[in-house]
Amino acid sequence: MAVDRSRPPSPGPDPQFHFPQIARHTLRNGLKVRTVEHPGVPVVTAAMQLDGGLGADPPGREGLASMTADMVDEGTGSLSAIDVSDALARLGAEYDVEVGADITMFTLTTLTRFAGRGAALLSDMLTVPSMRASDFERIRQLRLDRLRQLKDLPPAVAERAFLRLLYASHPYGHLAIGSDASLRELTLDEVVRFHKATFVPRRATLVMVGALPHADLLAIAGDAFERWNGEDSTSDAPPAAADVAPSAASGGRLALVPREGAAQSELRIGHLSARRDTPDYAPLLVMNAILGGQFISRINLKLREEKAFTYGVRTGFDWRRGLGPFSVQTSVHTAATAESIADTLQEISALRGDRPATPQEMSLAQASLTRGYPRNFETTQQVARSVSQLALFDLPDSYFAEFVPKVNAVTVGEVTRVARTYLDPSRAIALVVGDRKATEESLDALGLGELHVLPPTG
Amino acid sequence: MSTAIELPHAKRTLANGLDVVVHEDRRVPIVAVNLWYHVGSKNERTGRTGFAHLFEHLMFEGSEHHNGSFFKPLQEAGALLNGSTNADRTNYWEVVPTSALELALWMESDRMGYLLPALTRERFETQRDVVLNERRQNYENRPYGMALMALSEALFPPHHPYHWLTIGAVDDLRAMEFEDVRAFFRTYYHPANASLALAGDIDAGEAFALADKYFGEIPSGDKPRPVEADASVPREVRIVLEDRVELPRVYMAWHSPAMFADGDAEADLFADLLANGKTSRLYRTLVYDKRIAVDVSAYQHSRELSSFFLLAATAAPGQSLTDITALVDERIQHLADEGPVDEEMERGLAQAEAHFMYRLQTVGGFGGKSDQLNAYNVLRGNPDFFAGDLERYRSATRESVRDAARTYLAFDRRVLLSIVPRGQAALALPGSEPVTVS
Repeated sequence: MAVDRSRPPSPGPDPQFHFPQIARHTLRNGLKVRTVEHPGVPVVTAAMQLDGGLGADPPGREGLASMTADMVDEGTGSLSAIDVSDALARLGAEYDVEVGADITMFTLTTLTRFAGRGAALLSDMLTVPSMRASDFERIRQLRLDRLRQLKDLPPAVAERAFLRLLYASHPYGHLAIGSDASLRELTLDEVVRFHKATFVPRRATLVMVGALPHADLLAIAGDAFERWNGEDSTSDAPPAAADVAPSAASGGRLALVPREGAAQSELRIGHLSARRDTPDYAPLLVMNAILGGQFISRINLKLREEKAFTYGVRTGFDWRRGLGPFSVQTSVHTAATAESIADTLQEISALRGDRPATPQEMSLAQASLTRGYPRNFETTQQVARSVSQLALFDLPDSYFAEFVPKVNAVTVGEVTRVARTYLDPSRAIALVVGDRKATEESLDALGLGELHVLPPTG
Repeated sequence: MSTAIELPHAKRTLANGLDVVVHEDRRVPIVAVNLWYHVGSKNERTGRTGFAHLFEHLMFEGSEHHNGSFFKPLQEAGALLNGSTNADRTNYWEVVPTSALELALWMESDRMGYLLPALTRERFETQRDVVLNERRQNYENRPYGMALMALSEALFPPHHPYHWLTIGAVDDLRAMEFEDVRAFFRTYYHPANASLALAGDIDAGEAFALADKYFGEIPSGDKPRPVEADASVPREVRIVLEDRVELPRVYMAWHSPAMFADGDAEADLFADLLANGKTSRLYRTLVYDKRIAVDVSAYQHSRELSSFFLLAATAAPGQSLTDITALVDERIQHLADEGPVDEEMERGLAQAEAHFMYRLQTVGGFGGKSDQLNAYNVLRGNPDFFAGDLERYRSATRESVRDAARTYLAFDRRVLLSIVPRGQAALALPGSEPVTVS
């Protein structure tokens, strides 16, 4: 049978998918536990999410949350740092730590038959870490060395400087790793106190996902964590960064971190924009997909496929409990630096006014966000992460099932409205990490005001 | 305790020579489409390096019956998609909702059968510039980004197809002619040089029928002749490269057994016991105890014609690459003399078994089940190797790992590359020859 090549076949109706059922439990010590049955491959993921991320770092102690998280696998009870590493390896475990803006998350994945041993080990690591001075000094030095290396990595330089420009002294305004100065100031005593104040059952949610019944997953969680008795003294708890209102950015709109002879310019363009709890979340996702959130999007088509300025460009919201940025991220050929910024700002303006989203763009964006949604629920890690996000942003268990209809209900009018409300090219900050001599003149001509040259450390 | 770990599948070869491999997994209503062409930068020639990868870019720019971006209809169907090129092969994949499987097959078969009518000089030149951007972003503008280039040039002689990296040389990319695209496509992009894997919400009967429907009409071509090349490093070669970095790093590279050959799994195992995790021998010595390095890594880069084993350590501030190298050598000598201890073998096996199981969790994308089946099918000629692959690790012994280390990690047959901060060549290992790469 010959294939009809007159046009590509249209997809049929979306297949039915049943999102994971989440069972909620609370242990006697107040630890919230979520269990999800995920049959198929005999693997279990345990994800412990604790309130307190980089936003909980006190001023001058940037890096504290991250340093504390790093000390978790540096020994517990009679086990040294080496022993912990050995114990994890013997389980074939995958252990991962992520320090976000609002939370810190520890994830451990093992074969199902090792899930109990894995959870017990994770519990020991999290609740009674050794916090030895020698380990603390070694970890601190490694982090200082890492910071030194990051000075040569343009994306890292850009992230650091851009956060500073966006947030100034707000607790979100730094990288999790902190700075050279703040790391040197940190003491082990501060780490111990931070651990005591934030690693407590009532600030935590444990998500267990695997090829076991709810009852078994809960039993593993209970056996491992029911004896955890972190004190719940709110007086020591760090203030929530999400509650702090950022002050208006005051560093100008155009900044450059010099990198002489750089082969490309690393760019960040954007401003603070939205909180994750905004009622406009779905329209913002659609708007972003049209503007630059996917391959077929206005800014990527312009800068990559039309002008060949870059290998790729993406826009996105960095969702946080508090106010987070909307930003454009790319690396462009040095000669195309200023033009890339101008084109980007122009595309943002156009979506707000003279070139609103077309029906074709709407359906492309909505379909790409919704039709592939079930593929985010394939692995235990993916499910654990998604369910942890519900806890992070205080979303209902029905969230997954409601996502698709909510996105599909977004209208062109709403996309234009949120583009006007949440994006504002006139206050967007453009940051360049690149060759100053080669770009300065054309950057000046952009009309974004004075070029602020920042020190190389950002 | 061992578990049965399997990746069940069915295979059929269409009349035009296209291999079709199917794996059923109904957990999520998605199907992974994964297409390998057995062509990579190893099929290029001197003076035209980077062509296979540039060609991969062109595959996303449209074909005769869909003369526009490959992404658009698939993105609209909720697909995730990508492609990649390495020395040995080029792969393309989509993960689609089951309802969009035929769309993905239509699109893939259209660019396999009917690419050239849609290719224009303008698209070719745009993508050449995009690739030059990719090269600047991922190699030239990245600390230590030129290391693999320098190492490949030292490990492999100029005529050897692993002498250059897949990204290619700037001058070569600039020198490419639009006309070269045609011959390359005809030689390598046809059913007899490809393998299609479908994994997910589909059964074998349906999958074979759909594959035949969309790909069956595409004419076959001649299977390209296998590339053959030999390389060896008959002595210790010391080279130095200056880069925009803060801390010096030493790389050590050895030729090692080709992918799936005897000793390949052992090299993987000794990479882990040397440098994977705090408990590994080199991390423990260099980073944990002596603190003369800030990181250490080791990896068996398994490839079709021959592999290389790569070890790297970055000096802590003020520490010397000479001291680091002496300690690494001492630890390697110990491994070659004594072999691993039982605990290390147990740990290695536990990790291998767990990681093979983790690999069964995704149907598509890089490293998903469809990609694995194609790797076995294309590089071994048979997709039925998942259990056999794991068996290579299960059957390794202290003696076999020791012997592999003894054979392959010889001090007098390796390349030592020092990467040092600009203007500080004195920080390199003594006797290092300056090299330039661009």
